[in-house]
Formats: sequence, C-alpha cells, structure tokens
Amino acid sequence: MTGNKKTKIIKNIKIDINKCNGCRACEMICSAFHAAPQYSGNNPARSRIRVIHYPLKDIYVPVYAGEYAEAECMGRDKYVIDGKEYDECAFCRASCPSRDLFKEPDSGLPLKCDMCEDHPDKEPLCVQWCYVDALTYEEREEEVDEEEVKLEDVEIGLESMVDKYGLEQVMDVVARMSQKE
Amino acid sequence: MRYAETGFNLEVDLTRGNIERVETDPRDTELYLGGLGTNAKILWDRVPPEVEPFSPDNLLIFAAGLLCGTPATGCNRTIVSTISPQTRLMAFSMMGGFWAPELKYAGYDKVIFRGKSPNLVYLLINNDKVEIRDAAHLQGKGAIETAELIRQELNDPKVQVAAIGLAGENRINFASIEQGRSSASRGGIGAVMGDKRLKAIAVRGTKDINVARPAEFIELCKDVLNYIKFREENPIPGVIPILAVLGSPQEMKIHDEKWHTENFVWGNARLRRKDFWNDDIAKQWYDSMESFRKRFISCYNCPLECGATLAPPGQPTYMMKCFTKLTYSMGAMSDSLEFGLRIAQRATEYGVDGYSAPQVMAFALELLEAGILTEKDFPEMPDDNAHGSEERFYYLLDIIVRREGIGDVLANGTYWAAKEIGNGAEEYAHNNIKKIEQLPLKLGWLNPIYFLMYCTGAKVNITQIEGQFPQAPFPKREHREKFVKDWFQVPDDRFKQYFLDWEPRGENSMPYYPTVEMTCDIVDWMEKMHYIDDALGLCAGLSSFHLKPPYHIHNMPKFISAGAGIEMDEDKLSKAAKRYRTLVRAVNIRRGMRRKDEKPPEDHLKKRFPELEKELLDTYYKFKGWNNEGIPTKESLHELGLDYVSQDFIQRGILADGEEIPAKEALLEIEPA
Repeated sequence: MTGNKKTKIIKNIKIDINKCNGCRACEMICSAFHAAPQYSGNNPARSRIRVIHYPLKDIYVPVYAGEYAEAECMGRDKYVIDGKEYDECAFCRASCPSRDLFKEPDSGLPLKCDMCEDHPDKEPLCVQWCYVDALTYEEREEEVDEEEVKLEDVEIGLESMVDKYGLEQVMDVVARMSQKE
Repeated sequence: MRYAETGFNLEVDLTRGNIERVETDPRDTELYLGGLGTNAKILWDRVPPEVEPFSPDNLLIFAAGLLCGTPATGCNRTIVSTISPQTRLMAFSMMGGFWAPELKYAGYDKVIFRGKSPNLVYLLINNDKVEIRDAAHLQGKGAIETAELIRQELNDPKVQVAAIGLAGENRINFASIEQGRSSASRGGIGAVMGDKRLKAIAVRGTKDINVARPAEFIELCKDVLNYIKFREENPIPGVIPILAVLGSPQEMKIHDEKWHTENFVWGNARLRRKDFWNDDIAKQWYDSMESFRKRFISCYNCPLECGATLAPPGQPTYMMKCFTKLTYSMGAMSDSLEFGLRIAQRATEYGVDGYSAPQVMAFALELLEAGILTEKDFPEMPDDNAHGSEERFYYLLDIIVRREGIGDVLANGTYWAAKEIGNGAEEYAHNNIKKIEQLPLKLGWLNPIYFLMYCTGAKVNITQIEGQFPQAPFPKREHREKFVKDWFQVPDDRFKQYFLDWEPRGENSMPYYPTVEMTCDIVDWMEKMHYIDDALGLCAGLSSFHLKPPYHIHNMPKFISAGAGIEMDEDKLSKAAKRYRTLVRAVNIRRGMRRKDEKPPEDHLKKRFPELEKELLDTYYKFKGWNNEGIPTKESLHELGLDYVSQDFIQRGILADGEEIPAKEALLEIEPA
C-alpha cells in the first residue's frame, strides 16, 4: 500500500456550556440564514442548532443537528457533571423519533448543520452571533490516508460478517446488492 | 402578506369558554404600530370608563411587540394592558423573556381576554390548537412552580409560560405576572388575571415570522450588535455604574451598591443612610450574591445578561434582575442582602411587585409604630431583631398574599389601605403617584425634567420614561463637550446645546435651567422613545432607558420599514407614537384623570418652586396639545386622526363642543415650600 496522504480541514465548534446565557440568538440567526430567500423568515423550530435548556436546573446546552436516526436509542444514560444531571439526549445531535428537534416543522424532514457553507465567512453564523463566546470556532488540519484506510475498514467489517454468517451467505448478499444498484 | 406581525389576534371569552382567531386591520398597524399602540386602541374602543377593573368587561391584553420574533436584537417584550385595580387607569406593564416571540411563532400578535372563567383555568396555545384547560391542580401554586408543572404535564420544556402566583389568585392590588425570569409587575395586572380566574398562559409556536426586506433588515441588526459591542468596550464616563453600560440596570453583576443604598431611602421611603456602605457590608453582600448566583441569563435574542439564576441554599432556585435585589432589604431596614434575596424568592413565587410589596410592608410597620394600627392587628407577629424587620417581613408578606386579618386591607396597596384604615394613615402613604408606590427617592432640589416626568408619566414609574438625556449636568464644559461629540442619537443638534450649556451651579443650573421650553422638548423626546419601544416590543435596556443606545429615532424607522414593510420616516414614526400616547392619555382622561392627579410623591422634593412647577405643567400641556386640565384638545386630536376621541369627549362633556373648555386655574396641589 502506497499511503496517499491528504490534508483535510476539520471545522470545529467549541461549546462552552458554562458561558451560555440561554438567549438563543444562535437559533434565531441559523433559521434566518437558512430561510429562502436568506433572512426572509425566522423560526427557531427550523434551526439546526438548539439550546437544550432547563433554567431552574441551570442546564444550558447548545446542540447541533447531526445525522438522522431512524430509531431512538434502546436505553438512555444520564450524565452527572458538576452535580448537574444531564440526559444523554442533551448532548445528542441526532434528528431522532424520540424528540422534535432538528426536523422541519412542516414536513418533519430531518435538518442537519452545514456549518453555513454557503456563507462567505468561515465562521458559522451561530458563532458570530454568540456574543458571550459560548460558541467559538476552530479549524484544524488533519492529514488523513486516502482510500486504503477505507478499504481496511470495509475488510474489518466484512470479516466480522463472515465470522457470523459464513463467507457464502455474505457473498450472496453482496452479489444481490450489486445487482440492485 | 403581513410582515413582522402575524396579522391575527386570539380573542378568548373566559365566561363562555369561546376562542376565536381574528384577523386584524393592517391600517391599525400603520397608525398605532403594535404592542402598546394597538392595545391602547382596543382598550379605547372596547372598555368604556364605567367598566370596573374587576368586571368581566375589563379586557386583559397580552401583546407581542411589532418586531418581536424578527432577528432584531432585544425585541422580546410582552406588553400587558388592562385597567388597573390600583390606579383604576390604564396599566401597561411589560416583561422581557421568551413569551412574546413564542406567541408570534405560534401565529398571533395578541391574546385578548374578556369575561371571567367559572373555575381556575389556563390557556394552552400550540400553534393552531388553542384550548382552555382546567387549572384546579395549580391553585395556590407559585408562579414559577406553575410554569414548571405545566411544562411537565405537557412534557415539553420549550413551552413558554406566563403565570400568576397566590397573590394574583387573591387579587392583591400589586400582584404581578411572572414568566420565569421576567415579570410584568406594575399596576396590579396580576390581580386582573386572577379575577378572570386565569392561572397561566402557555405558548408553543413553530411557525415563521417574515420580514419585508430581509437583506436590509439583517444589516440593521448587525449594526445594532456592533454598536452594542462598542458600548460594552466604551462605558460612558462620569455617570453612575448602571447608566454607564447598556441593559436593564446590571444589578446582578455590579456589587458596588454605595449609590443605591446611600441615596435611596430605607423603610417606608423615609430614612437616608448616608454612611451605610462600608468594607464589611461590601464584603458580606459580595459573598451573598456570589454564593447564590449560578449564572447570568439573557432574554430572547439579546446578548446582554441582565438577569441571573439565584439558588439560595435550602430554597427553590429562582431568577431575578434589576432593583428587586435591594427593595426588600431596604424596606425591612435589614443590613443583609442575603435576607433580601431569600425573601424575594418567596415573593416571586407569590407573584408580587418588588417595588410596591416591600413598601406596603414597611408602611404597615410604620402604622404600628405610630399607634394607628396596634399589636392586635398583627397576631403572633415576630419581634424586630438585630437585623431589622426581617422576620416581620416574612410574616407580613404571608398575611398580605393570603389576605388574612389586616393583610386583607394591606393587600390593596398603601393608598387604598390608608383610606380604609383612616385615623391619619393617609399621611403614611406618602410615596405614591396616582396611587402607585414609587422608587424610594427623595430629592433635595428640583430637577425640572424629572418633575415633569414624575407628574405626567402614564406608566407611573420613573424608569419607564427617563433615559436618553443625562440625569444631571457634568461638572465641566470639557466633559460635556466630550459627551456630545459622538452623541448621534439626538433627534436634533439643539439637544446637544441644551446639555453643553447645563451647569451644576450658576445661572444655567437647576431648577431654572434647562428652561421650561427646553425641559418640555427633552421630556417629550425621552417619553417618545419609550412609547416607540413599547409598541415594537423593544427592550428599553437597549433603547429608551439609556444614554447613547443602539436603537434611536434615526434607525427605528428603518427597522419598521424593512421589517414590517410599512414605509416609515422619523416624522411619521414620531406622529404615530404621539397618536397612541395621546390615546393612552385619552383612556385615562375618560376615566377621570386630571391635572390634580399629576404631581410627584408628597415629600419627594425637599424644596418646592410652586410658580415654576405651575409653569412647567402649563407649558408642557400646551406642548403636548392638551388643555390646561391636561385634556387633549379637539385640534390636537384632529391632527392625529383621533376625531373619534374628541367626539366621545364632547358627548361625555369632557370637552365642550365648538370651543375648548376655558383654561381653569391650576389645580395642582402645591405644598408650601
């Protein structure tokens, strides 16, 4: 394997839950920016960031919309941090059947944060409108191996499938899948 | 298509349990903007002066300001209007927080309640689904507790709830409406809500609010945010800390309370403690605040952190902002901030006004001391201790809110309680304007600007009319020159000159400078800015309450044009504000308010200037287009398109047909100097 290296920019939003004041300007500007035409409408329910907040428990967690999840988790955990009890869901980015976050209110279709890639500024707008720096933007470069890594991943996955179902069954399934495509 | 507003109100008849969604007339928005403006129009049209505050015919209107729910920073105010049981005039108390934007997202600009429910209920608004729900299980619950219970039963933490506590249920004349971290307190509007047997309004909305010219609007918003940042980095020199920076007075952040504790008066607005503040007190108070405070918090879409979450050990957590931090300690003559913050938690759950409640309690103790009330009136009341009347204040708060014994009388506020108690008690209800307890301030010298604001402010609360123009002259001309240099918020450069020439001593000093004409001009400007805020739902902490605010007369018309799609300029906006300000006045005039009611609290001013005071009111009334009794004239009403008001006035004999009622001698009750 030759190991072609590639530089990838990882966009990071750092969330400081101690600094959040619960103003929800992030939700406001996200929904406004993603409206069509831009900024024409405003509706936090369409936002790809939501502040999960329980003011009397002093819990304020800005969470970004991530992947769509077909099913909710079978069991859920609780985290106790600095004496405060957080539901696992308070940190979860999934648009999931267990809650109404990160779904278009009209259609129910999942929403996902796109880091405001259509905006000329590097910093996503939620970060720009967060005046208390609960949200800050960081970029870092990472060198990643191309292709080979992925193949290895596939191989590991397949090996476990072969272990479980036998090589023949797996080959059958792969053959059937390739016909469908 | 309607922009910024939804174009729909909810009409709720609590007697019959009927709910209707009613489209509003866009022409009313153009004339009265929204929020307070359109509330005033509705009260004028639908609540005649014969209607008692606790009549089913009194309306209770919850309005979201015109720009609430748009990206405009700090536009989040709910304007609650009704006829006040305390003043029997129009009350328009307001609150920040999250309720108003949520109402807009649910698709409504206002909720208008009429009638009276047979049982305690709450209203649930979830977009198009609106229902009146039983609230029997919430009876007697605290205001904050109620909001939490409703969120739990709906299993939705995003529901915004405005609720009353026991004080509202028991129709205490200074009961508030609480919304977690904000409250609409003045004028006893919580009592009207309780009278209607309405415990809470829960709102959830997931619809869009649109703006007319998006690209332009968002640039205006960015300018405001940038200016907020600039002001944060450049506090105004030479003024007290709370005026140097933006926001509601930063009482949760600023530890130095020397100015408030030594300049405001303690007890029943009596005692000035000129050497109260020392290192020991400063340290104790610092420790109390730092140990209770968990977080600074903001209202919807505003970067300022005026509020805080407070968690007194052993008590439920609550939220607070502004001056209630001090009112209970100072009322009870207690040196302990811890006491003030602890009793405020109970008071917030009960839902009482943090200005009036402590003063009513201090008033009761003064009456006891004076022998007008006796020990028998206060069975089992604890004694005073080394920490002032702390235990007594808890006792009094409980009996007032529960209307037990003498508490039943005190629950009506100092004015009405004094009348009922008699025997000289009236003299002790001395710190009121138009029957409402005021900030405990005593002034040695007459400031003509403040005199007019105190007399004529329809909100009957000084902080709801002041701002924009400095409270006092700066010591040296060079300071003043520096101040006016970047003072672009003035409507006209003449205001800069007024300030430049204002000297602490000599010919150009108070009370005769600013001159009467200048004073009228300044007061009118300050008042106008508050009225615009109250229609747009804009927080005064970013606007009318402040010197050099980010929102001002030059950018507000642009916000309205780009936001609501109503063509607006400074003149048109000023005229709209004057229109509904006059309408508020008209509602009160029709209810009997006259010049005799427009005076500062009795011993508010140490030295009086009867002639000057008369001239100030005479000139200001004329300036405003009111006759010498303070009644808007036919001509001025006509000019504002309010002929329907003058017709009503003429019909009722308030104005004479064809000619103005001849100016009578001033009825201002001036006390000898």
